[in-house]
Amino acid sequence: MKKIGRREAWAGYIFASPWLIGFFVFMAYPLVASIYFSFCDYSVLKPPVWVGLDNYKALVNDDLFWTALKNTLLYAILALPAGMATAIILAMLLNAKIKGMAVYRTFFFIPSLVPQVSLAILWMWVLNGEHGVLNPILNPILNKIHLTGPNWMGDPNWSKPALVIMSVWGVGNAVLIYLAGLQDVPTQLIEAAELDGANSWQKTRNVTIPMISPVILFNLIMGIIGTLQVFTVPYIMFPNGAPARSTYFYAVYLYDNAFRYHKMGYASAMGWIMFVMILVLTLGSLRLTEKHVHYQGS
Amino acid sequence: MDRNALTIPALAVAVIGTLYMSEQLTAPDQPDSKVHVKYWEKWTAFEFDAMKHVVDSFNKSQDKIQVDILSVSGIEDKTLMAISGGIPPDVVGLYGENVTQYADNHAVMVLDDMCRDAGIKRESYISPFWDAGVIRGHLYALPSTPATTALHYNKALFREAGLDPEKPPRTIDELNEMADKLTKRDEKGHVIRTGFMPGEPGWWNWSWGPFFGGKLWNGKDKITLDSPENVKAFEWVQSFSKKWGASALQSFKSGFGSFSSPQNAFMMKQNAMEIQGVWMYNFIHMYAPKLEWGAAPFPTATAGVPDPTVVDMDVLCLPSGSKHPKEAFEFIKYVQSQKGMEMLCLGQKKITPLRDVSPGFIENHPNPYIKLFIKMAYSKGAVSTPKLGIWSQYKDEMSSAFDAITLMQKTPKEALTDTTNRLQPMLDQYLQRLHLRGEL
Repeated sequence: MKKIGRREAWAGYIFASPWLIGFFVFMAYPLVASIYFSFCDYSVLKPPVWVGLDNYKALVNDDLFWTALKNTLLYAILALPAGMATAIILAMLLNAKIKGMAVYRTFFFIPSLVPQVSLAILWMWVLNGEHGVLNPILNPILNKIHLTGPNWMGDPNWSKPALVIMSVWGVGNAVLIYLAGLQDVPTQLIEAAELDGANSWQKTRNVTIPMISPVILFNLIMGIIGTLQVFTVPYIMFPNGAPARSTYFYAVYLYDNAFRYHKMGYASAMGWIMFVMILVLTLGSLRLTEKHVHYQGS
Repeated sequence: MDRNALTIPALAVAVIGTLYMSEQLTAPDQPDSKVHVKYWEKWTAFEFDAMKHVVDSFNKSQDKIQVDILSVSGIEDKTLMAISGGIPPDVVGLYGENVTQYADNHAVMVLDDMCRDAGIKRESYISPFWDAGVIRGHLYALPSTPATTALHYNKALFREAGLDPEKPPRTIDELNEMADKLTKRDEKGHVIRTGFMPGEPGWWNWSWGPFFGGKLWNGKDKITLDSPENVKAFEWVQSFSKKWGASALQSFKSGFGSFSSPQNAFMMKQNAMEIQGVWMYNFIHMYAPKLEWGAAPFPTATAGVPDPTVVDMDVLCLPSGSKHPKEAFEFIKYVQSQKGMEMLCLGQKKITPLRDVSPGFIENHPNPYIKLFIKMAYSKGAVSTPKLGIWSQYKDEMSSAFDAITLMQKTPKEALTDTTNRLQPMLDQYLQRLHLRGEL
């Protein structure tokens, strides 16, 4: 390498060094260390003691682990499609060419800027079974079929749907990504479809959706990762997974083990199981959607 | 000269300059010769102010030690992380229930020798407040502010229901009868007021068993949550759900505001009787000063302990790795003196853990029932959190069992047996670990 090239390389490393140091100290080291800790009995205060596969074996026999996993998967199954469908529909509506669109787009994006803690506190009042604002809106409709709004936060059957409703509120980010994707759909393709006599649904089904399929896949994968790691909102809204552990999620149990029960080894094992689960689901969705995702220019 | 050659040195100078400046900006104004003791405390608002007053008074009383108090949320978890990271505070205000877990992990120092040298003795304290800090024969914590609980009841609602406001219930049967009279439904059948609700405020759901004569563990190696006394206690808890409807009560409860707010259920007259601590006066005084209320010993269950009360307390400890343990203990010693302790407890309007009480303490105490709360500390029915290293898990499991019982998902026997079966292996493993480390 020439002298100048070498000097530039060094300058490059120095410029990147804050990130590199941060990455190695705060990400790479803890990541590798947690693999080791997952095979140890580690209370943080005492040096870790190697216990082999004990943590993993204990997890298999831990009822609460399964409860938390079941709750998390159920939440993901409900929240992921709900969020994706809402985001696509909103993005399509916000892609229309009408006056004041920038204002509408801003309105739908704003909720995603609300910090998670404020979001949780706000929704505790929206969902409150007695004084919440959601039930009075639902009740006039429900009363016609002799029903009343549920006790969203107190009833174990309704606590997860309540969280799903909340999660839909924050789809602004996904909407933005879909919107960018929609604006990338070549107009000539739509025009060609129109010339062929396609109606709106056919245009959406056969042109728009295939053209934004890479964006859908991206949001699907981000959604899988996000919903399986759901933590902040349920942790604040439903202490100890109340009612009756119906909102006790995987990440909450992991946190409790690590920082409240001081079973860092056990928590590390949980972390790695979650990692493998997300990896399998991501690879699975990549494989399953392979034939349905169309990349422009490929 | 190549201009790029200057870029890296210039950048390095800028970075070093920035670091230097930030150090300068965050450095204390005037370095002094005093030893600075870092003190983390959980309290906020007026409770923090009361301790700050004691800290200021200590700082003024001598010129060698300066205690710097800092309010820290989630103190029980953060302190442990700070200790393991090697940067603990010098003194920390924990919850009494944390002591065993900390002591078992050697996260706090033994205070036996320091107390002996300072003349701090068990005899000076009301026994449960000293004993809570003793783990396996060694003292790890001294009390800061203690509390006892009693039945708080709304006198106006008593009158409205045709009950004598000067005659609160003395037995659980009487409590049940009065609760029935005090509970109200609207024309649609919705519960709009409860006489009594075992899950409100829900902070001592574990204590119903001990109130009924049950034990949470045998003190050695066995969880005894499924004992007949405990089952009986939770059958009583479930009787409220059976009588008024689990979902009706749950729905009514979901409308309660947070404890420290004017929407508090007791202050809003939504709940006529509830178990509360000595601090309740402060909040009534703040949010509902016109409320007509009374306090009395919690009713006794048949075969239960007499005058049951939960003895709860906050403690001061020296974290392992404290840089100035001697100076930090000087501060603890000051707090333990009658003057320091009464200043703190009067400031927080709680009781004092010391046996000697100055006449001024009771005279100046604004809580009209202060004598009752002090008396409760001597009660034979006083129960405190068990000295279990797995108490965090125990409490979480209990809270989940409590939900299952009040929501009628399980019978008390089933819920308590399931919880015992879950907790016993945890305790076994915990004790085995202590055994391997030679602690037992």
